[in-house]
Amino acid sequence: MMRRMTAVAANTFREAVRDRVLYNLVFFVLLLVASAPLLGQISIGVQRVLLINLSLSAISIFGTIISIFLGISLVSKEIERRTLYPVLARPAGRGEFIVGKYVGLAGTLLVNTSAMTLGFYAALLLMMGGLGRADGNILIAVYFILLQFLVLIGLALLFSSFSSPLLSALFALSMFVAGWFTADLRGFAESNHGLQGWLAFASSYLIPNLASLNVITRVAHDQPIPAALVGYNTVYALSYAAATLSGAALIFSRRNLK
Amino acid sequence: MAAVEILGLEKTYSVGFFRKQKKVGLKSLNLEVREREVFGFLGPNGAGKTTTLKLLMGLTSPTAGSARILGKNWRDPAARARIGFLPEQPYFYDYLTPKELLDYYGTLSGVTAADRRMRIPKLLERVGLADKADMQLRKFSKGMLQRIGIAQAVLHEPEIVFLDEPMSGLDPLARREVREFILDLHREGKTIFFSTHILADAEALCDRVAVLSRGELRGVGVVAELMTSAQKKVEIVWQGTAGIAAMNALGASCHPAGDLVRATVSHDRLDEALDILKRAQLPLVSVTPLGGSLEEYFLQKVQDPVEAHA
Repeated sequence: MMRRMTAVAANTFREAVRDRVLYNLVFFVLLLVASAPLLGQISIGVQRVLLINLSLSAISIFGTIISIFLGISLVSKEIERRTLYPVLARPAGRGEFIVGKYVGLAGTLLVNTSAMTLGFYAALLLMMGGLGRADGNILIAVYFILLQFLVLIGLALLFSSFSSPLLSALFALSMFVAGWFTADLRGFAESNHGLQGWLAFASSYLIPNLASLNVITRVAHDQPIPAALVGYNTVYALSYAAATLSGAALIFSRRNLK
Repeated sequence: MAAVEILGLEKTYSVGFFRKQKKVGLKSLNLEVREREVFGFLGPNGAGKTTTLKLLMGLTSPTAGSARILGKNWRDPAARARIGFLPEQPYFYDYLTPKELLDYYGTLSGVTAADRRMRIPKLLERVGLADKADMQLRKFSKGMLQRIGIAQAVLHEPEIVFLDEPMSGLDPLARREVREFILDLHREGKTIFFSTHILADAEALCDRVAVLSRGELRGVGVVAELMTSAQKKVEIVWQGTAGIAAMNALGASCHPAGDLVRATVSHDRLDEALDILKRAQLPLVSVTPLGGSLEEYFLQKVQDPVEAHA
């Protein structure tokens, strides 16, 4: 079973690489190079904050786009092109296929994010003339961004297991946007009663809490990240991803292919 | 033991905006494919051939019924490991090379790395793609894709190979190659189940065939027997131009040529036709049975909507 999932994951990774998905790295480098003259005109302290904010936001945005748009096409493209037929006619289970696809895209994003992070550190080193201890904290923000990708790929796969690519993209993007306001939703739920309050309460737990995975501003200002938050976010994101992935596998295993 | 047993397999689709309307894709199908035979699954477009294959491959769920493959439930992974499948008009990952594609499918089928390393070059050689082993599939022609499709279907050395319209859309040369490949597989002792609407291919390759029309099984049997059971005609040739009117009355079509008349009459009116010639004292030149063809059988089964099914 592991061997089959690994094969599907490796094939997904290979597809992303050969379809030039990683070309976004070039844009990232261009962004850093283009922003250098701008950053050179401001004071040293602000330079660092700006570079961290700009780079980590770019890593997050590029990765989010890949997670959602590649995530929804992982299964739908295979169904549409019927490349799935010879795969599913084999002993490979549909659940194995879904998990393999998930791991493949997660691996692609890991490589992509790692390369961007290396580029960012190189830019930071050039700008500051060296790296301090506080710069290591930035890796926690990158780790949280990766956790965010794991959640988003799971959601994209879940939606694409039962709806069209267009609707899946719409649903996943809506969840992504709403994910930044779960705290507000909880506040709304507490101040409202009845059906309205209950719906807001349920939604605040169904929608991923992406705001808690964003510590970019905190690391840019050298604020410490508590270990408990790292633990909480890890458990939360992995559980959320596992739940969406299980849902996707369950729905896909019952789906009739046209 | 039967290679494939289809037991009342049925598929009904819900269509329309509210999915209230029902469309029958396959009516209760019962069929048995014997081990080591080439079995042709014939039918016009939309007859339900691909639906049947999709049901057998687990790509879609039946509304009712089940199947057994080599004695096991058709959904059992152990049964799936022993079959190969070529879908209709196959499309493969075009960013892969044939070598990579076969390696991927081989892994999914549980073929060990050592066996994959050994089998893939041999198989590529066998389907005539050895020199294209490292070329991306996006540069392949339809015929080449069909060959790689057959290669992936047999890479794990399955006992049964299911081929959905393997010759469809191919040029005569490519069709011939595919036909020879199927015969090779048959000689190796594999069971071949292939769907087609090209009757010449079925006639040349199959031991037995089944005819499907509008989702319903219309007939099944040994090709040679079906051909003889098809409505046959007899050609009678005699000397002299008399007797034509009487022959026409029997439903014969008469073609006088010089001193001879050539008439085609249905087999069951042969005695009456010969009586006419005897009474008129016309010299009989020849009586030649016109052999039935699979095409005749096929058309007879497909065009008759109320016939009791053989």
